[in-house]
Amino acid sequence: MAVAELQSESLATIKEESWFLIILRRFLRHKLAVVGMIVAFLFVLMALFAPLIAPYDPYEQNLGNSYANPSAEHILGTDELGRDVFSRLLYAARLSLFVTVTVNFISETIGVLVGATSGYFGKWVDSLIQRTVEFLLTLPTLPLLLFFSAMLRGVTIPGLPDEWSKAIIISGVLIAFGWLGSTRLVRGMVLSLREQDFAQAARALGANSWTIIARHMIPNAMAPVIVNLTLGLGGVIVLEAALSFLGFGITPPVPTWGNMLQNVQERMWQQPWLAFYPGLCIFLTSLSFNYIGDGLRDALDPRLKL
Amino acid sequence: MSNGTSDGKKNLIEVKNLVKYFPVRAGLLQRVVAQVQAVDGVTFSIQEGETVGLVGESGCGKTTVGRTMLRLIEPTAGEVFFEGRNVFTMNGRELKELRRHMQIIFQDPYASLDPRMPIGESVMQGLDIHKIGTRKERFEIMLDNLKKVGLEDYHSRRYPHEFSGGQRQRIGIARALALQPKFILCDEPVSALDVSIQSQVLNILKDLQQELGLTYLFIAHNLSVVEHISDRVAVMYLGKVVELADRDELYRNPLHPYTKALMSAIPIPDPTLKRERIILKGDVPSPLNPPKGCRFHPRCPIAVDICSQQEPEFKEKSPGHWVACWKAE
Repeated sequence: MAVAELQSESLATIKEESWFLIILRRFLRHKLAVVGMIVAFLFVLMALFAPLIAPYDPYEQNLGNSYANPSAEHILGTDELGRDVFSRLLYAARLSLFVTVTVNFISETIGVLVGATSGYFGKWVDSLIQRTVEFLLTLPTLPLLLFFSAMLRGVTIPGLPDEWSKAIIISGVLIAFGWLGSTRLVRGMVLSLREQDFAQAARALGANSWTIIARHMIPNAMAPVIVNLTLGLGGVIVLEAALSFLGFGITPPVPTWGNMLQNVQERMWQQPWLAFYPGLCIFLTSLSFNYIGDGLRDALDPRLKL
Repeated sequence: MSNGTSDGKKNLIEVKNLVKYFPVRAGLLQRVVAQVQAVDGVTFSIQEGETVGLVGESGCGKTTVGRTMLRLIEPTAGEVFFEGRNVFTMNGRELKELRRHMQIIFQDPYASLDPRMPIGESVMQGLDIHKIGTRKERFEIMLDNLKKVGLEDYHSRRYPHEFSGGQRQRIGIARALALQPKFILCDEPVSALDVSIQSQVLNILKDLQQELGLTYLFIAHNLSVVEHISDRVAVMYLGKVVELADRDELYRNPLHPYTKALMSAIPIPDPTLKRERIILKGDVPSPLNPPKGCRFHPRCPIAVDICSQQEPEFKEKSPGHWVACWKAE
């Protein structure tokens, strides 16, 4: 009797711990992921509170003081127009983080949904989706992105400051080509998962296709998607930089880490730190996102003991 | 249907002339170039509360028969009646309703449970899908079913990888039981288990049958296991049922040469016993291009001319004992 009471009691307490708390607890055991989380969080704070932290106006030019070395006045020096590099980095974080996070989350979500649908239903649905994806993949990305950006150059979203409306449009263009990789990834996973007995068991229980996709296919296909997502987070910052460099992304004077990096190419040998700062920011964000992804993947895998 | 034992019990399931061909596609246009004749005209019935064993070697179509009956695989032709209703003409809603009454237990306990789902949820899933009772009631039913197969409350939060093969198979049984089905398809439920665990699972199945009045179709390739659990036994060879009889009759008096060969392969734990072993020549022919006439004739030790030309009819040689062989007396 006592034993039974004890068991039902412990069962009750186990039940109260939500799924989210369990995942959080497992995530926190991954040291590097926690460090990554803190770094990413700091970057987000920097971006959010840029106007409070920045010592100077990022657009304020001082041509008499261009390419100044780091000093007490300008802790990271100034650029070719004498603007404070540190202030510009802070403001750049806003757009760079916004674009990369938006693009990656939305395109991975589309990729997961479309890929799972494609893989699970097979037949003509699969053929249609896969041929479309293959067709889009054969197109050279950069010229196409240029084409779309050029087309949409004059377009602005009313009610938003110019740089934000640009950022959203750029994100849209990048998403249009960003979902292809994860679609193929998820489709491949689902192709093998749907043949497994547990999918058949769910069907035998009366589950419909969408239930099986949502409850069995997607959760089991998430691990490579998370890895893909975290790798993509760094990639999109650089892609945005490439577009900016060619004059189609978010163009100066509005700072992004990408266009700051591109801007200093001529002065690389005289003042290498000018390239180093935005580079370090890109590097640190993608690294921290990668570790977060690692921790998340491990935390979500019930087979791993953490 | 008349090929059951005639003691007036009701047929729960009738399978009539079931055919399943898998098309083989090739080329740019994915044209059908051949048909794998996995199941080719299978007829039998299962009475309420009985266990029918279905035996045969690997690749003979046992699993396809079972899964087609549940419409996990769409049939090519034929009919399956469950309580008089044709399973193959059901629409989505009727089929969903049918799923409550027909369940399945899988061979591989490692693949049959979702690795990312706590086992309690797996067992509860059927109840969730059919919206039976409140959330709390479903939880209680789930715990109750776990108890039936010898698992405890606290197991419900655990994941499949935390269990042994035998435990997982029992979880699979609990999942099948949760909807209180009338019929369970046991698709080689013990083939992947240790011998010591096999008997444990078999006994659970037997006890549950008595307690809940379940009907089983028990697919296996192990003849001793089938003998232990079945009331009647059907023997399959290359997509066809070649012999069907009461268990004791079949094991004592096999008529089909294939059945005889299978029986002679059952190990008997008595080294002094001498007996004649029938060793079959060659391999099972490909179901892509099965032999003409009797499908068994190329390997049959007693084949005569007619066997290679005309297919023998599936006939009742003595009451309840059906066999498809020209030479069967």
